[in-house]
Amino acid sequence: MPRDSRTIPLPYADRFAAVAATMPGQNLPWLRDLRAQAIERVRQSGLPTIRNERWKYTNLNALAAAAFEPAAPEASSESPGPLPPLLGGCRVMFVDGLYRADLSAGSLPRGVTLTSQAALLRENPARARALFADHDAGADSLGALNLAFARDGYIIEIAGGANVEEPIELLHLTTPGTTAAAYHTRNAIIVQTGSSAAVIETFLHDAATVYWAQPVTEIRVGPGATLRHYKDQNEGAKAFHTATTDVRVAEKGRYENFVLTTGAVLSRNEIAVILDGRGASCRLDSAYLARGRQHADNTTSIIHAKPQTTSAEVYKGVLDDQARGVFQGRIVVEKDAQKADGHQLNKTILLSDRAEIDTKPELEIFADDVKCSHGAAAGELDEDALFYLRARGIGQADARRMLVEAFVGETLENISNLAVRAAFERRIGAWMSTGGEPA
Amino acid sequence: MGMLEIKNLHVTVDGKPILKGLDLRVGAGEVHAIMGPNGSGKSTLAYVLAGREGYEVTDGAVLYEGRNLLDLAPEERAREGIFLAFQYPVEIPGVGSNSFLKAAVNAVRKHRGLPEYDAMEFLKLIREKRDQIGVGEDMLKRSLNVGFSGGEKKRAEVLQMTLLEPRLAILDETDSGLDIDALKVVAKGVNALRSPERAMLMITHYQRLLDYVVPDFVHVLSDGRIAASGGKELALTLEKEGYISHRRPAAEPAAPRA
Repeated sequence: MPRDSRTIPLPYADRFAAVAATMPGQNLPWLRDLRAQAIERVRQSGLPTIRNERWKYTNLNALAAAAFEPAAPEASSESPGPLPPLLGGCRVMFVDGLYRADLSAGSLPRGVTLTSQAALLRENPARARALFADHDAGADSLGALNLAFARDGYIIEIAGGANVEEPIELLHLTTPGTTAAAYHTRNAIIVQTGSSAAVIETFLHDAATVYWAQPVTEIRVGPGATLRHYKDQNEGAKAFHTATTDVRVAEKGRYENFVLTTGAVLSRNEIAVILDGRGASCRLDSAYLARGRQHADNTTSIIHAKPQTTSAEVYKGVLDDQARGVFQGRIVVEKDAQKADGHQLNKTILLSDRAEIDTKPELEIFADDVKCSHGAAAGELDEDALFYLRARGIGQADARRMLVEAFVGETLENISNLAVRAAFERRIGAWMSTGGEPA
Repeated sequence: MGMLEIKNLHVTVDGKPILKGLDLRVGAGEVHAIMGPNGSGKSTLAYVLAGREGYEVTDGAVLYEGRNLLDLAPEERAREGIFLAFQYPVEIPGVGSNSFLKAAVNAVRKHRGLPEYDAMEFLKLIREKRDQIGVGEDMLKRSLNVGFSGGEKKRAEVLQMTLLEPRLAILDETDSGLDIDALKVVAKGVNALRSPERAMLMITHYQRLLDYVVPDFVHVLSDGRIAASGGKELALTLEKEGYISHRRPAAEPAAPRA
């Protein structure tokens, strides 16, 4: 039978039937229907192939072929292993895609509430229903897959007027030894009028087991509110990580995002921001470091829907061995978004002649009084700079590390939370000093 | 035996012969000036000694303190005491001047079996030295050489040289792009480094620098070889007569002077 070359069948979707009865909230008819519709959509449409423009550079064949199993419905009794030191005063733990109050530490700052998705479905299904209705992430097949399979996730709310300086840390781990499990979390961060907060999400795994992490996160930044959202993607070397973040920013609100990517054999970090009120702004930055045969895809979309909205974006990559990077950056300025200001830059250093970067800026401008720019560059480390450092006695490896850190450091300066910035600097230094193929 | 002995050195760049049998001997405590027109191979000599890639030695030998210099990587040469003051110091955005200096000084000290400086000790050292050279504190807070004026770049090179305490300093066109006041500041820094243990090789197109840093020996480089050698008075002759009388007969006409 001829198959549509724009889709890849995903056998994993058929595993839904076996776990449906164990899904939280499956007793709620509206949710049962939503999930049934979602899984049907995945069965019909499969995963996108590279014939699909949005997936032109990222091939999901290996992901579709891996025989994933839905994550266990109950929390593992095994320890997730040693934990990294706390970044701030509180940590919210997720293990195997499930919220673990027992492993979380510290108390949330004043004005911050956190509810797990499973608890919300149990305790306040009406509110859960409203959140599901508000989030149309089921539109594409990965979104639909998450809608069907997500067992848990977090809903973080920052109360109006609260100013939370200390970063709220979310740590996502998987139990060592579990093989070929898929973890789907469904999350929301709601920042109310005039408040501000910082959230750092860390995805961490040391062991070389195959798994798939698929977080879907919906973010609402209220009028005059600010969210600083950081992500450290340090997944295991054989992991798949496909993340989707949808952000809507209200009048004079601000969203800042920084993603540090070093992990996973295949990762796709997709962020879509709608600047939906006059004077709303965002900044998206990233450092992606890959070696071996890693594939790191960053796909962003920023829609300037209202006047005087501003966006800035700097994505910087360092690729070694046969690693491949992808940057797709779309900026849309809608007809009414006069005086919009959008700037995008993607720069990559290729440390090996077999490394590859595919970069695709897309600007769609429908207003006439706007300032928009984009730029992309890829090249080797500057040989003149390398020789200059070595001619002063600095060894070749150290000189290369200094130049890479300097290159990436320019984006780190955009991280306004200093504790997070320092942690990311250490991570980048550690990445440079490990070298070689990931385990 | 001299500190540096260059014998019959032949070097090609992109297959094109640049140095064609250069002989030079530099002893400890001596200051040598290498003068010559553009294209004579002056900067090639500097880069070959510092170990830059892309300069192929096709014949001859370079001995530094009795060892084969050409076997050493650039950083090993630097740690062994060779310092090249660049004609065009490289701007490196994102690498802080201070942290660069500390990394360089500690790499060299470690190699020489000396304890590495911690942040406080280094700060103290750098305060003392930078005032001697006229390098402002604000310069060291910036990225390495980024946004430095021509004079600032050359002063920064002299500060690096002062901190790294080389045994053989090679100054490549250190006078270029400097006005007379800047030249005097740089020359003062260079003169402060003259010592019986330290040799210097000054590569220059013009005689002007030699008024302020007076050499013991002057050599004329022409078409890839030393065409004439003498004392400091040779530089004055060149100033009057130009390089033409020292040009070696060449198979092809030399490039016109800029």
